[in-house]
Amino acid sequence: MIEILKKHSKINWLSALALLTAIALSFPILVVISSLFGGFGVTLSHLVDTVLSDYISNSVLLLLGVSIGVLAIGVPAAWFTSVCDFKGKSIFTWALLLPLAVPAYIVAYTYTGLFDFAGPVQSTLRDYTGLNYGEYWFFEIRSLGGAITMLTLVLYPYVYLLARAAFLEHSSNSLEVCRTLGYSHKRAFFHLSLPMARPAIIAGLTLALMETLADFGTVQYFGISTFTTGIYRTFYGLGDPTAASQLATMLLTFVAFLIILERYSRRQHRYHSSAEQRPASALIKLSFKHSCIAWAVCLIPISFGFLIPASVLTYWSVTQAVFEADKFLSLAWNSLYLAMSAAIIAVVLSVLLAYAKRIKNTATVQGATTVASLGYALPGTIIAIGIIIPLAWLDHQIIDAAEHFFGLDLGLILSGTLFALLFAYTVRFLAVSMGAVQTGLDKIKPNIDNSARSLGHNNLQVISKIHFPLMRSSLLTALLIVFVDVLKELPATLILRPFNFNTLAVHAYELASDERLIDAAPASIMIVIVGLLPVIILSRSISNSRAKHAQ
Amino acid sequence: MNAAEQISQTLLTLDNVSIAYGAKTIVKEVSINLSKGEIGCLLGPSGCGKSTLLRAIAGFEPVITGSIQLTEQTLSDTKKTTAPELRNIGMVFQDISLFPHLSIEQNVAFGIKNQPKQQIAARVKQLLALIELSEYAKHYPHQISGGQQQRVALARALAPKPELILLDEPFSGLDAKLRESLVPQVKAILKKEQVSALMVSHDQAEAFAVADKIAIMNNGKIHQWDNAYNSYHFPASQFVASFIGDSKFLAGTASCEYCVETELGKLAKKTPHGFKKGSKVQVLIRVEDVSCNADSMYSGIVIKKDFHGSYYKYEIQLKDNSTLYYSTNAKALTQHALGANIPVQVDSENLVIFNR
Repeated sequence: MIEILKKHSKINWLSALALLTAIALSFPILVVISSLFGGFGVTLSHLVDTVLSDYISNSVLLLLGVSIGVLAIGVPAAWFTSVCDFKGKSIFTWALLLPLAVPAYIVAYTYTGLFDFAGPVQSTLRDYTGLNYGEYWFFEIRSLGGAITMLTLVLYPYVYLLARAAFLEHSSNSLEVCRTLGYSHKRAFFHLSLPMARPAIIAGLTLALMETLADFGTVQYFGISTFTTGIYRTFYGLGDPTAASQLATMLLTFVAFLIILERYSRRQHRYHSSAEQRPASALIKLSFKHSCIAWAVCLIPISFGFLIPASVLTYWSVTQAVFEADKFLSLAWNSLYLAMSAAIIAVVLSVLLAYAKRIKNTATVQGATTVASLGYALPGTIIAIGIIIPLAWLDHQIIDAAEHFFGLDLGLILSGTLFALLFAYTVRFLAVSMGAVQTGLDKIKPNIDNSARSLGHNNLQVISKIHFPLMRSSLLTALLIVFVDVLKELPATLILRPFNFNTLAVHAYELASDERLIDAAPASIMIVIVGLLPVIILSRSISNSRAKHAQ
Repeated sequence: MNAAEQISQTLLTLDNVSIAYGAKTIVKEVSINLSKGEIGCLLGPSGCGKSTLLRAIAGFEPVITGSIQLTEQTLSDTKKTTAPELRNIGMVFQDISLFPHLSIEQNVAFGIKNQPKQQIAARVKQLLALIELSEYAKHYPHQISGGQQQRVALARALAPKPELILLDEPFSGLDAKLRESLVPQVKAILKKEQVSALMVSHDQAEAFAVADKIAIMNNGKIHQWDNAYNSYHFPASQFVASFIGDSKFLAGTASCEYCVETELGKLAKKTPHGFKKGSKVQVLIRVEDVSCNADSMYSGIVIKKDFHGSYYKYEIQLKDNSTLYYSTNAKALTQHALGANIPVQVDSENLVIFNR
């Protein structure tokens, strides 16, 4: 009896913890949404009269533009690297992922540095032609079109990755069926491969669009009024948290639409592995002419999304940037321990939730994990607003009480501290680590546990001798992905960071805002280099599966 | 052998065991004993509760009535469920479930605890020799074949010298040819290790080949717990009769102490059948009971004819639309065509009769 009770209490303890985590993580959203019941103030009606239509139209145009861009780059690249055979394909396959390492705002800073009036491109142009300002046309990088281009260049890999997996998965057999029924390659692509891959492509697109909605650094720097910049401005410029949250709620409806779209498309297309590789004979061998097209399709995004920005940043860092080693080290250290702490918290919580689910997958636990994993779709700005409002309120209560009862001046305890920041990161990135941990744990079949138990090992020994060794790489991957995401994160860090606390990302943002683009290069290239680590892992897992198949 | 000796030899006792998932009772009031050194088999169609019963014996499911005892020790009753790791019962799972991160010898050594290293190494070596995989000691599970993995799983379960080994459909994932060679191998290994075992299977041939005693299960109940011969020739229920062997039922009426009146005339048993005169009964007709005899006054029409290589199997329809199975050696001179009307006769000495 005692044993059964113990077992049950253990289960309940885990489920309760899962539930508690979910409640805590959903708190910021609830705060933001509850602002709808706070009445609509003067600020909001002012915003509605003046800038709201801009926010909406700019956000919609941005979404549309990025959709077209990422589809136009991602789908053809995926098709060429999965179905065709041409020289350099194996390099392109992983190199197409490289832009994932670069945050959009860093690409934006780099290209602005290159292409604006004072930049090397226009200067050179003027030197050669002898023309002066206003006497020639040159595209304006700081525009809506510019922002769409920047976001497209770093977000297309989401579409590429999922579309490629889908092309690889289906086609081998069904494509051959199609060919025996008299379809040419081209017709087979439009009638079979594309429709079959559509759910995966849409899933990739929604991920890219979520990132677009969440983007703050690029649109802020380009001076485009969207929801994220509007929320930031309303909060800081107008000092009206309620109106800011109400704006955030409107943004949330966009996000909710994307989440639903993503879930819907994934439902039809649940499992696809990138493990399959068609036999060489089934690949379409490209002629020289067609190979050139394939090269262009692959090389252009790789160059503009990664090679050019990375080389320019490196060049600036080495030759021109004002570099203060002390300051830079302290920035790097801040970023490092912040990202590390967030990664550890996220992975610990993920493991907890994953085990709650494995041991007893009740509706409660399932709901809790779903809620806890929704954060990946939420822009950092919304999360930050949802956290700072209640924490500031709580702080003031504590400060008042401390002063009233003890005559103490405590200062801010929760808001404006690392606690708030780590909380926000957890909300935003828990889903990322949960994905990795869950995949790792799901691979261990229940009968593996049962075998170990029937061989005389208790639950803890099963975890230490079986689960831990089998999950080590998944855990490391989870840690690494969260680490890098936190390192790149800008808006939440900007809003929630303690006074005078700077990270590499914030530093780059501040220097760029002061038009010191070249001085921002060392911090930027640092972020890009660290950001390469998970991309390398990702591309290695792709080429590993290929090698395995070749055996 | 006297009664006291027999009791002392009993290893596993299931007494009135019921198991439920939520509100649904999967296993209903099962009672069986397994003696030391015996190999038992739970045989039944899928979903009959046999795997659930096995999992309860291993300690993965609690019981809602009755108890499970190993020698004198109660492992499960309504109040407590001893954890699987404390039972000294080994188990081989249907999906094999070797530990992918450990080599073959590490897998086998996994369950051996609190022994000096040399002794563990010796035991592992002995087992690998027994399953004829000594040269694969350093290999990893994904590097060996399915049949080899199955043998490693068995060796892993045997390694800690458990009092009882449970095997959950151990051959179901393997192809027919491999199964044929592995089944007797497994039986030999179990007997060499002198370990008692309880296996779950849905395949009669497998059960007959391995088990000393077979429990035939359906809908959570055990219909018969007996050896293969008795299960075949003296089935305890209609289900057992139809589940084991190829057979059909023929409707009849008891006409005397020994005999039954059927479509094929009067069938007489050697011993009294125990049904009242005039009671409606069903007679089990096995495929080997049916022969083709020109002198017979009864006949049927061939409605199905399957070639099985060494023999033909026919289905023959009688006048009242009931059917019988009948088989002939493939080399037999007389082959029957589909639709042919052939004289049939039933050998009635071993009649098995049930209520209709």
